[in-house]
Amino acid sequence: MSGEPEVHEEFEARLKAYEGLPAAATGVGRDLVNEPMIRHWCEAMGDTSPAYTGPDAIAPPTMLQAWTMAGLTHRPERTAAYDELLTLLDTSGHDAVVATDCEQEYLRPLRPGDRITFDSVIESVSARKTTKLGAGYFVTTRTDVRAGGELAGTHRFRILKYAPAHRSSKPVERRPRPVVNRDNAGFWEGVARHELLIQRCTACRALRFPWLPGCNACGSPDWDTVAASGEGTVYSYVVMHHPPFPAFEPPYAVGLVELAEGVRIVSNVVGVPYDEVRIGMAVRLEFRRYDEELELPVFRGVGP
Amino acid sequence: MKAGDRLPPLEIPVTRTLIVAGAIASRDYQDVHHDPELARRKGSPDIFMNILTTNGLVGRYITDHFGPRAQLRRVAIRLGAPNHPGDTMVLTGTVEEVEGDTVTVRVTGANGIGKHVTGTVTVRVPA
Repeated sequence: MSGEPEVHEEFEARLKAYEGLPAAATGVGRDLVNEPMIRHWCEAMGDTSPAYTGPDAIAPPTMLQAWTMAGLTHRPERTAAYDELLTLLDTSGHDAVVATDCEQEYLRPLRPGDRITFDSVIESVSARKTTKLGAGYFVTTRTDVRAGGELAGTHRFRILKYAPAHRSSKPVERRPRPVVNRDNAGFWEGVARHELLIQRCTACRALRFPWLPGCNACGSPDWDTVAASGEGTVYSYVVMHHPPFPAFEPPYAVGLVELAEGVRIVSNVVGVPYDEVRIGMAVRLEFRRYDEELELPVFRGVGP
Repeated sequence: MKAGDRLPPLEIPVTRTLIVAGAIASRDYQDVHHDPELARRKGSPDIFMNILTTNGLVGRYITDHFGPRAQLRRVAIRLGAPNHPGDTMVLTGTVEEVEGDTVTVRVTGANGIGKHVTGTVTVRVPA
């Protein structure tokens, strides 16, 4: 939508044309008025009134609208006119909705066993309004609820269809920073040079990864490094679906990659759909930059 | 009972459970009443209470006060500041009019960010 007033006026006129048209026709309550739904309502509201229990129970009058609700089912009673009006608002960017007003009159109590029917009319569509939530249009409907053909209550309902003013564009999340200390600083210096360095014990020649202060095999604290060739295979993997962490878009595959040198490293497998990563798949090292200060070794799938 | 009389306040802790339980009890599956992430995408900081629950709580406030024989005739409410989890809503009421056995009460529900609900309830209280 443009911000031009005459454009709003033309759009408003299109919306106004729906005033007076039915919004719902010959709706039928999905459930008979019933004790379990009354009890669940009272539980939620903390309402302990004895009027809503026992052989002479009535439904809480404020449940009037609840009996007309479709829940997760479709709404055959909704008219094409009302669908069109809502679609017009949705497609013009006013796709968020909030209820603002509810006015109900109760003419006769509803009791367990009553089957309600209802009809609804589009009473009014407002001019464009700017609200704290965003700019939009108030749509007011009026519903008559009947039980056994007799008017039991009326229900005027106003919603605001709006274009959210503070639509949260996803904030740019950064990956967590690695903890760099004196025992692993050499590894990260290697990454900075695009080398994946494996520690090697200078006493017994055993390779080790991740980096540790001493040798697992012989206990020697002396070491040097060898640069990994970059060839490897997927030794095992998991697919992360849930929970989502900031900066990570599930689902994604986390691989335990066995390097050609024999040690294993946990990293992302990239270039392969998460559900096509397989044990034994050939992968090759590459370095991927995630932000201005974080670059990480990852493994690209290169073969079956 | 006369115009100007005040009803004792009712404090409603607005828990996530109340918001979700109220939405489900009223058959309202709009995502903003149970899904914080989708609520945020629609510009809200968190889920918020649906109008049917507010309506139910306003009705309860009046019938709690006037007793089980009181019959609600009309409840008209307007929503303002949303009820988000962790807040507390305090319902207060002032008698606006007494006509025979029918009482009209002006109700306000205030939370930490403003007036969540303002409205009028008409109730019949048989002698």
